[in-house]
Amino acid sequence: MLYFSRWKVLAILASIVVGIAFALPNVLTKDMQDKLREYTILRPLTLGLDLQGGSNVLMEVDRKELINTLIVQQMGDVRAVLREARIGYKLNRTPTGVAVQITDAADTDKANQVLRNLTQPLDTGLFGTGVASHIFSLQRTGQQFVFSFNDAGLEARVSQAVDQSLAIIDKRVNGTGIAEVSIQRQGKDRIAVQLPGVGDPDQVVKMIGQTAKLTFQLVCESQPAAATDNPPPDCAAYPMKAENAQAQTQPVIMWVQTSSAATVDGADLNNASSGFDSRTNEPIVSFKFNQKGALRFGKLTADNVGKPFAIILDQQIISAPRINEPILGGTGQISGNFTVEEANSLAIVLRSGALPARLIAVEQRTVGPSLGSDSIRAGAIASVIALIAVMCFMLIAYGLFGIFANVALIVNLILLIGIMSVAGFTLTLPGIAGIVLTMGIAVDSNVLVYERIREEWRHGRSAFNAIETGFRAALATVLDSNITSFIAAVVLFGVGSGPVRGFAIAHAIGIITTVFTAFTVTRLIVFWWVRTAKPKEVPL
Amino acid sequence: MYRPIRFIPDDTKVRFMLWSRYGYFASGIACLASILLFVFVGLNYGVDFKGGTVFVIRTEQPANLDELRSKVNSLGFGEAELQEYGTGGHEVLIRLPTIEGGEDVQRDVQTKVKEILGTGVEYLSIEVVGPKVSGELAEWSIFAVLIAIIGILIYIWFRFEWQFAIATVMSLLHDVLLSIGFFVLIRIEFNLQIIAALLTIVGYSLNDTVVVFDRIREYLRKYKQMPLADLIDFSVNSVLPRTLLTAVTTLLALISLYIFGGEVLKGFTLAMIWGVCVATYSSIFSAASLLALLGVNRDAIQIGGTAQEEKAKASPKPAAKASGKPAPARP
Repeated sequence: MLYFSRWKVLAILASIVVGIAFALPNVLTKDMQDKLREYTILRPLTLGLDLQGGSNVLMEVDRKELINTLIVQQMGDVRAVLREARIGYKLNRTPTGVAVQITDAADTDKANQVLRNLTQPLDTGLFGTGVASHIFSLQRTGQQFVFSFNDAGLEARVSQAVDQSLAIIDKRVNGTGIAEVSIQRQGKDRIAVQLPGVGDPDQVVKMIGQTAKLTFQLVCESQPAAATDNPPPDCAAYPMKAENAQAQTQPVIMWVQTSSAATVDGADLNNASSGFDSRTNEPIVSFKFNQKGALRFGKLTADNVGKPFAIILDQQIISAPRINEPILGGTGQISGNFTVEEANSLAIVLRSGALPARLIAVEQRTVGPSLGSDSIRAGAIASVIALIAVMCFMLIAYGLFGIFANVALIVNLILLIGIMSVAGFTLTLPGIAGIVLTMGIAVDSNVLVYERIREEWRHGRSAFNAIETGFRAALATVLDSNITSFIAAVVLFGVGSGPVRGFAIAHAIGIITTVFTAFTVTRLIVFWWVRTAKPKEVPL
Repeated sequence: MYRPIRFIPDDTKVRFMLWSRYGYFASGIACLASILLFVFVGLNYGVDFKGGTVFVIRTEQPANLDELRSKVNSLGFGEAELQEYGTGGHEVLIRLPTIEGGEDVQRDVQTKVKEILGTGVEYLSIEVVGPKVSGELAEWSIFAVLIAIIGILIYIWFRFEWQFAIATVMSLLHDVLLSIGFFVLIRIEFNLQIIAALLTIVGYSLNDTVVVFDRIREYLRKYKQMPLADLIDFSVNSVLPRTLLTAVTTLLALISLYIFGGEVLKGFTLAMIWGVCVATYSSIFSAASLLALLGVNRDAIQIGGTAQEEKAKASPKPAAKASGKPAPARP
């Protein structure tokens, strides 16, 4: 137990040197850190948002909106195919889909054929068969056809929506210029967004979550007398964006044509940028269509000169200007009582494209920069004091062996910080607590060994024999007792999130380095001491 | 040469088994009280589990809680809970409940509160947890504690005999229950940090218990004739210095953290400090003596220990072994 072969000694020393190298960047200047990062894998600890300040936002796909969009799409498709096949029908929306009543019983078989085509298979990805998963399944009872979405298809769609949203959010956040943003999928319908240094994330969160579905639609000829009136066929009621927040509670309602012939989709935009109107100096967003969009937009405006058309963003009319002349170049501008920030973010979201459905912030945690730096300072002070307290105690309780323990403790902490740094684990405030706790618990392995050595010595063994036996008996216990703590830490890592996960990581790695140092460093130091001092008694 | 100070005297011969009946009684009462407290008073659930919005603000002038409260309450988001944060008198924690209207509207709370508090207020942190997430977090946390306990149960079962596993889990439950009772009593905000503390307490408590059990198992192999109760007492006394010294070093670290580690960690550290005390108590007074109640199959232990037995025979050992009594101490 007390013998180390030469190569083992070398391996232990080498791992300590590597540990020191890993931990080194944390005490260097910013410039040197950047240099090291460029040429090596060495980097300082990554600070969590609770330490550096910033905002953690968890966004969830709005299922209701997604379902609504899917149903509206399906209704449009049903209308189109039945019209094309010249079949009379009555269409009704159900909570889970669309119900179609065929007027003439003679058309039923033909309708069945064309409607079947609409339950298109959904691409379920690389390993999906794509056969079983339709979003809508079709049921026929007599002249009635009912499309209803099935859960598997919906789940696949939600998952797809998350994938699409990730790329779009990435573009949107990039547009804001916030650095080192992390965007990660979480679970099946959520996206976790980390915004370092953002103390007031309202604007960003609003921008990230916005669907940003833009359409240009002709305004209906008749307009409502009261807000609650029902719109005529092929028209829909939309609220108008008000000039200020107060007027927003009682918005003006406008009827807008819904037929595809009267609509140009914002998905055909090529580019968008914010700026100011040259005459009124009002913030505006200029946009440019791609070729297909430009053609459609040109035709729509040419056919309807003199009539108003509505610019609709996410179910709200931004403005409804009159078409003064055909707009053939495929460019235009939107004005609608924007603030400069609003115009900026609108340009960004239009550039990055529309989300399949809105994202709702279901959890948002923001730490201001001053609390973050307070926490770092407090954590550092507490760590140093804890370290001094534990080391003093060990010195008093075990004398020379206490010094050995303290050396092992320092090595332990260096290894812990080194591993966390190089592996890129995030240090959070609870993580600092985990490190401090490691200090308290790490010396337990020394206490176990020393107490055992003392027992053996007092029970009549020679000094060398007592030390040898003490290590052998106690290290088995060290392993046993640490594995249980490790299980608890791993469970915590698995279920925790954010800061708490930071604690679990620090604690779990602390347990590993503690066992490592107990088996190597402490033993090696005692081995050297025994060899050089040739003790006749155990100084415990 | 420096002689280390012995904090714990050598060869303590405390009759823990005799004390244990009082220990059971005290623990039983305490566990029952904790359950009653949990059921009838309830934990002070934080925003993680209840949902809602929490602000920590710093004001330029010393904070006037009443004025702040009336301002926030005037928004009609429900009754706001305010408390001083830290000791400076400038920092206040404001808690608002989940408001009606689903996930969508929760973030409106912060916009409105920021509006009404106006300038001169710095927002140190804002947490908004929607109703759905808070529900999930609560479920996950219960799940986590259960999984940890089951995982540990399985490990102990493999490593020891089933009696050890049962005794371990009983003392674990004891520690968890007493911790929860304590949380109810001091109205600590029960959040994810406290769950982390609870799991760490579980880990620590086990650590302590396993050390005692390791020693019991070793003595079971060594002193085959010694009555179980004496053997358990002997084991607990043997590891007593270790149990107490480790509790001291851990508490030293935790107390530094409690005093100097800042307001955010106060709840976590306080929970841990209590947990370490309870775990130390239970590993001394109840875990091992439970083993005496359950009984131990000595034959199984002997078979499992043959290899080590051989080794022990090979090395010189105290003469007292054969007599079934511990070796006399070196003077």
